[in-house]
Amino acid sequence: MCGIVGLFLKDPKLEPQLGAMLSEMLDVMCDRGPDSAGFAVYGAGAAGLIKLTLRGPAGTDFGALGEQLGHPIIARDTHGVLSVAASEEIAVRAKLASLAPHIVVVGAGSRMELYKEVGLPVEVARRFKLEAMSGTHAIGHTRMATESAVTTDGAHPFSTGPDQCLVHNGSLSNHAGVRRKLEREGLHLTTENDSEVAAAYLTYRMRGGDSLGQALEHSLSDLDGFYTFVVGTESGFGVLRDPIACKPAVMAETDGYVAFGSEYRALAGLPGIANARVFEPEPAKVYFWDRAA
Amino acid sequence: MNLSLSRIAPGDNATQIDLGVTTLRELNSALHKLSPDDDTLWQIANPRGLHAIASGVDAPVTIEIDGAVGYYCGGMNKQARIVVNGNAGVGVAENIMSGLVHVKGDASQAAGATGCGGMLIIDGNASARCGISMKGVDIVVKGSIGHMSAFMAQAGSLIVFGDAGEALGDSLYEAKLFVRGSVASLGADCIEKDVREEHKALLAAKLEAAGLLGQVDIGEFRRYGSARTLYHFHVDNVSSY
Repeated sequence: MCGIVGLFLKDPKLEPQLGAMLSEMLDVMCDRGPDSAGFAVYGAGAAGLIKLTLRGPAGTDFGALGEQLGHPIIARDTHGVLSVAASEEIAVRAKLASLAPHIVVVGAGSRMELYKEVGLPVEVARRFKLEAMSGTHAIGHTRMATESAVTTDGAHPFSTGPDQCLVHNGSLSNHAGVRRKLEREGLHLTTENDSEVAAAYLTYRMRGGDSLGQALEHSLSDLDGFYTFVVGTESGFGVLRDPIACKPAVMAETDGYVAFGSEYRALAGLPGIANARVFEPEPAKVYFWDRAA
Repeated sequence: MNLSLSRIAPGDNATQIDLGVTTLRELNSALHKLSPDDDTLWQIANPRGLHAIASGVDAPVTIEIDGAVGYYCGGMNKQARIVVNGNAGVGVAENIMSGLVHVKGDASQAAGATGCGGMLIIDGNASARCGISMKGVDIVVKGSIGHMSAFMAQAGSLIVFGDAGEALGDSLYEAKLFVRGSVASLGADCIEKDVREEHKALLAAKLEAAGLLGQVDIGEFRRYGSARTLYHFHVDNVSSY
């Protein structure tokens, strides 16, 4: 099964509430995916700085690690975020790998922070204090594993490029072939998960110059299987369902936001939902919103 | 009887349920305990997309739901008249036996699936697989329907004011399909058929039952039905399976 949610704010006044809104949406989707949960939030960024989201084992002392790296780390449970100058990113990653090889970089980008853990989604959201986070857009996932093990690595979102992430409900049938092709193209996939292949595919397309919309359009011919994807980029938010559209999806749009949920239940608590334009995204049709547009 | 327009005035017999207070289990349990001749009015507030609201009812009650419902609302319905003032999730009126389910908004996938009798009216659009394997229900959609609708539909009628998506009526048996707008493509063994006077009379009767007679020109509908070449396995058809 799995539940996915997404929120793209159009009204800046809602930005301080982004985490609280997404948190409630994830909570409602607990019963679609009780194994694990994750979310990516596009918050504040600073010019020339890259945020690295790190994940370590429970009890990791991010304060000490930050001192060793020479960059303070803002810790949230098993995750920590450090900001480095874009020019220093490679050096800091190398230093991190040698100092603490057990620490994983789960996401990187100028604005994206990414958190995921095994456990009931409502608990995962609470541990990372999602409710207090602010930002412009966010995506989240509650997982009921079908294609690979219940591990933190197997939890969504998957990020395979800067400020890019994807959540997936469904299962891909040609992921092994696509993975081989992407690896030949130099993409680095870290799990056996089919959804990571979809994320890497979009990264590959966008690296080649595609917009998010164009990359999603190409997915229709190159990715086979069941899928509803919700994708985030630094400035954009996209949704795509496969042509058979087995996996559920419902969206709501108001002057203030665009929201996605696997089911309407996830949207029921949003402000102004009674007067929102609620619709089911059509199969094989690319939907995307971009703040720059 | 005009199912859509028959109304019961709210009065002392109206039972008001707020699903923000009463649990769904309590509501459905109360509905399941109704006597088979109970014709009272039930008004349900705060449905919040919850699943299986008012499914399995077997009494001639009227149930008005104020807001969007989740999966399987009005499933297996017998006798009851259920009105949803909002959108409906997957499988609304699934396996409906009799009575009416009326969705004032859009319906998601598999609306009226396997329905054996009664009527389902959708004022908006219905998405994929509307009327899949229907076995006698009458479905009227005032908007458009998605792909693979009326797949393996056996009996009943599907009447669409708007357009139909791809593969309409794939592997169709004897359900009668009427579409006023365009059809993206027909499924295997589904063909367009002449609209004769008997079919216009059938359409008129169904629209009258839905309270919609006169809203559209019956002459604008086209009829689709089974070519009946896939009823029984024949080795020449093996590529169609």
